[in-house]
Amino acid sequence: MPAAPKDRDQPWLMRTYSGHSSAKASNELYRTNLAKGQTGLSVAFDLPTQTGYDADSPLARGEVGKVGVPISHIEDMDQLFAEIPLDKMNTSMTINATAAWLLSLYVGLAQRRGIAPSQLSGTTQNDIIKEYLSRGTYIYPPGPSMRLIADTINYTVKHVPKWNPTNVCSYHLQEAGATPVQELAYALCTAMAVLDRVKASGEIEAQAFPQVVERISFFVNAGIRFVEECCKLRAFGELWDQLTLTRYQVTDPKLRRFRYGVQVNSLGLTEAQPENNVQRIVLEMLAVVLSKRARARAIQLPAWNEAMGLPRPWDQQWALRMQQVMAFETDLLEYGDILDGSPVIAAKVSELIEGARREIENVEAQGGIIAAIESGYIKRELVGSHMDRLRAIESGDLKIIGVNCFQETAESPLTLGGDGAIMKTDPAAEREQIERLQAHRRNRNDAEVRAALQALTDAAKSGENVMPGSIRCALAGVSTGEWGDTLRAVFGEFRPPTGIDIAIDSRQVLGKKDQVSELRERVARTGNAIGRPLKLLVGKPGLDGHSNGAEQVAVKARDVGFEVVYDGIRLTPQQIAQAAQEEGVHVVGLSILSGSHMELVESVLQELRSRDLANLPVIAGGIIPREDAERLVALGVRAVYTPKDFSLNAIMGDIVDLVRECNGLERLGLLH
Amino acid sequence: MTQIVDLPDPEQLALRILRRERAAVASGLNLLDNKLAEARNRSARLLAALAGEHWLKDGHLIGITGPPGAGKSSLVAAMIREWRLSGRSVGVLAVDPSSRPELGGGALLGDRIRIKHASYDEGLFIRSLANRNQLGGVANEVWPMSWLMLACFDIVVIETVGVGQTEIDIAEIGDTVCYVAQPASGDTIQYLKSGIIEIPDIFAVNKADLGAAAHKTASEIGRSAPRQDRREDWDYPVCLVSATTHTGITAMLEHCDRHRSFLANAGWLDKLRLRHQRAWVVRLLKEEFGTFGLELLGGRHLIGQRLSENPSHQFAEYERMRKHIFSRFISINQPGSPTT
Ligand code: B12
Ligand SMILES: Nc1nc2c(ncn2[C@@H]2O[C@H](COP(=O)(O)OP(=O)(O)O)[C@@H](O)[C@H]2O)c(=O)[nH]1
Ligand SMILES: [Mg+2]
Repeated sequence: MPAAPKDRDQPWLMRTYSGHSSAKASNELYRTNLAKGQTGLSVAFDLPTQTGYDADSPLARGEVGKVGVPISHIEDMDQLFAEIPLDKMNTSMTINATAAWLLSLYVGLAQRRGIAPSQLSGTTQNDIIKEYLSRGTYIYPPGPSMRLIADTINYTVKHVPKWNPTNVCSYHLQEAGATPVQELAYALCTAMAVLDRVKASGEIEAQAFPQVVERISFFVNAGIRFVEECCKLRAFGELWDQLTLTRYQVTDPKLRRFRYGVQVNSLGLTEAQPENNVQRIVLEMLAVVLSKRARARAIQLPAWNEAMGLPRPWDQQWALRMQQVMAFETDLLEYGDILDGSPVIAAKVSELIEGARREIENVEAQGGIIAAIESGYIKRELVGSHMDRLRAIESGDLKIIGVNCFQETAESPLTLGGDGAIMKTDPAAEREQIERLQAHRRNRNDAEVRAALQALTDAAKSGENVMPGSIRCALAGVSTGEWGDTLRAVFGEFRPPTGIDIAIDSRQVLGKKDQVSELRERVARTGNAIGRPLKLLVGKPGLDGHSNGAEQVAVKARDVGFEVVYDGIRLTPQQIAQAAQEEGVHVVGLSILSGSHMELVESVLQELRSRDLANLPVIAGGIIPREDAERLVALGVRAVYTPKDFSLNAIMGDIVDLVRECNGLERLGLLH
Repeated sequence: MTQIVDLPDPEQLALRILRRERAAVASGLNLLDNKLAEARNRSARLLAALAGEHWLKDGHLIGITGPPGAGKSSLVAAMIREWRLSGRSVGVLAVDPSSRPELGGGALLGDRIRIKHASYDEGLFIRSLANRNQLGGVANEVWPMSWLMLACFDIVVIETVGVGQTEIDIAEIGDTVCYVAQPASGDTIQYLKSGIIEIPDIFAVNKADLGAAAHKTASEIGRSAPRQDRREDWDYPVCLVSATTHTGITAMLEHCDRHRSFLANAGWLDKLRLRHQRAWVVRLLKEEFGTFGLELLGGRHLIGQRLSENPSHQFAEYERMRKHIFSRFISINQPGSPTT
């Protein structure tokens, strides 16, 4: 007999991470999604909004409305939530460096609509630490950034009590290669850094501190090894319970509960045979729903075409339906915890806890997570873990169906459509957003804008909470870029270590060893023949923060003997061309995953030409649809690589041959 | 061979470098890095074309050394900001370690990211170099490259690989050598004990923002530095700086300027540069051909004399000596010739 509805547990919050082109287009999408049974909103912002630039800033070129919705001022926010009741909605915003600003716009909008801030519920991601380590939308140095987080926490605890002001993220760490133990350890270190900072601010009385602890929620990942992942979540719960009790003396167990939302792993989703991603996603979801004690509060799933480009509404609907089948058709929600009492699970959980404790101690001994970010330690650990993963894929030790085994396939009907089976954002979006912003600037009260910005500067300098000043800015019509620049002027900017300087000899596996030796020989021989060692520039133009590919290409190139220049993410085409010139490199490799490859590659080529470097070979890699790859080649790009080119050795072989060809030497061909 | 066709004409290149054309500076550095025989010939011609009186009198070569992580790159960035504000152009050579030859000998050149924050600046030029497993904290290429840069930038900075105790080479390149220490670091204390303390002209204890520990380290250095009295009249200043908060930087730069005037006024600047050039030629020859090679040229003393005769053509002279040794080697290895 099926259980009566009242006996079933409430399902988790079901979300779809979305937003694109403009506030208007995204609002339409949200309203259709809500009509389909989605129970909360998860807003994806475009990169200029996430990094505090206006749509008309030169740095925003090509990025406006691409990977998310552009929000330049309060009118955009109003349009984004048109006909959506803010007091009834649970809104999650993936926003970090500018979280205080987007929250201010949201609160300001609520005030304008006559809704008390106390009625708002939702989440601002607001975790800067994983931005430095993985996600890349940082702006300010660690000190001021942590202070902004503390300010939003202190503000919301008092004025927006249903808000989750920060979401400590381990999700992005796994996407940058972290192992389960690293995910546990670094997320908990992050939570400690946040809580310690709030405590140090002195704004919260001691007896109210447990409420702050209770407001900390997490955003985690679940990969394909779903048994281990399920154990990881149980380990998270136990570690958090102990930590909040011992370190922060939270005596009420309810306030010590580990609350988390999930996006399942996307790093393992493939471009080859993309339909297989559906099974992967469902299995990954299982990890976070199976154990009642460690069940997710909110879930968002990627789509089957994740590695091809942005999902279309139908792709997202399919992902939402996976959740609904799990929650409403299966009997999962009828039982208590089905893993309690299993010795196998318990042993795995303790093993993970042990490992995490050791790594937490290690980080604490280095002065805490901020110090370990500044020194580059954690980033190096992540780059090392990701390198191990890629090498295992390359050697075949880690099997990825359709990629390094079972590659033969019938033609997929899913990818046959003329649209490349991905979402195309509106090409007019950038221009329209700029026009809208410029019209907005003309229509506001300049004196009030100036006064509000001055008050923000004063608060930033004095150490007073920036939230009230930011809300005043929001209501005055200040723009995202103005808010960002005002704080840049006070706090300065920051670029974290790239982590690619991992020790080469401490790593045993080098992929296919014989191939590596052959490559080293080829690189050395070619260097001798042209007179100096081969030098490669790996460049990340634009606001794109996806660094994994660039890092791994850089590390691999060093391993096979290249001298490699890599200056990290978010550089302008001009900076990249200038580095290519000053460094005298033999080849430039660009990595772009944000979808802005056409604009950015063209600009880099132009900048190179203006420096007499028209003959310098340029290659590109990333999420680049086939037709775009052909257009890039027509522009003069020598080769384009996408995720299906998983063999870094093969890529290195190609690069050596490209340099040889450009220097009048014969090609050496495929590796043996 | 096509790549030789692509090598630039050295005399024309020199003219463009003296006009401070960035593209020319870049291709000049590429040429100096090139080990093909024809490239070496042209390199010698390029440096000869750039040479002149000004080479012994103008500009300022500053070497920055110190243990890894002390903040050398960050400090160079802070110094650049000040120099650029005062309108001086800056060339930087940043040296990073290479992996061991059996591990491929590759290198990650990661200093640019620390040194450069401004977007585009015509007056700043950074070239990163791998040390290619040469001992001593710099690479051989640094010597000719720093001279090229001296021809077109007001200030040339060389950042060494931070290896702690062995980077003596920098003393044979820089007019002024700055040692960057970080607070309470074992490296620094060891360094103090090792006696190499006589090399730096200026000490900078970085990360002063970290507080008391920085003061302590500074006073420890202060106590040992003057004992060396390497050059009378020079006071071996110890400055407390913070690259992060940008404090103490102007004071440090004043010491740099003061040191340069000190050398120039005492008539030592040109002598020092000539001495450095000689030391490098001997070093490079010795590295390539061993003591035996030096003997073939008549020994260190004679080499020194030959170089002194033609002070602005040291590199060309070096190339001539190299060829001479080669020809001797070949004749020695001829059948029948006596082997000594
Ligand atoms: C991991 C990941 C992340 C991580 C990135 C971590 C990091 N530090 O890199 C996190 C979670 C932080 C992240 C965040 C975001 N992501 Co993301 N992410 C991915 C994901 C799942 C995998 C990318 C990856 O790292 N692959 C592993 C590396 C090794 O592969 P690769 O980079 O493709 O490199 C290979 C080849 O392409 C090639 N290559 C790449 N570069 C180069 C360079 C050279 C010189 C050469 C020779 C070769 C080469 O060689 C490599 C070897 O095979 C992809 C989807 C997918 N499965 O591909 C989405 C994806 C790239 N992300 C996407 C988006 C939208 C975002 C966000 C912008 C979302 C938002 N609105 O906030 C954010 C913000 C990021 C930012 N600041 O820009 C979109 C991009 C859409 C588009 N192009 O149209 C994708 C495609 C997902 C999707 N379908 O929506 N993401
Ligand atoms: N607190 C502090 N940290 C600094 C300062 N200067 C550099 N650092 C940090 O020290 C580390 C090493 O800096 P880097 O310039 O790369 O050192 P290098 O290896 O000597 O070139 C980085 O994490 C810097 O952020 C400073 O003045 N104060
Ligand atoms: Mg450095």
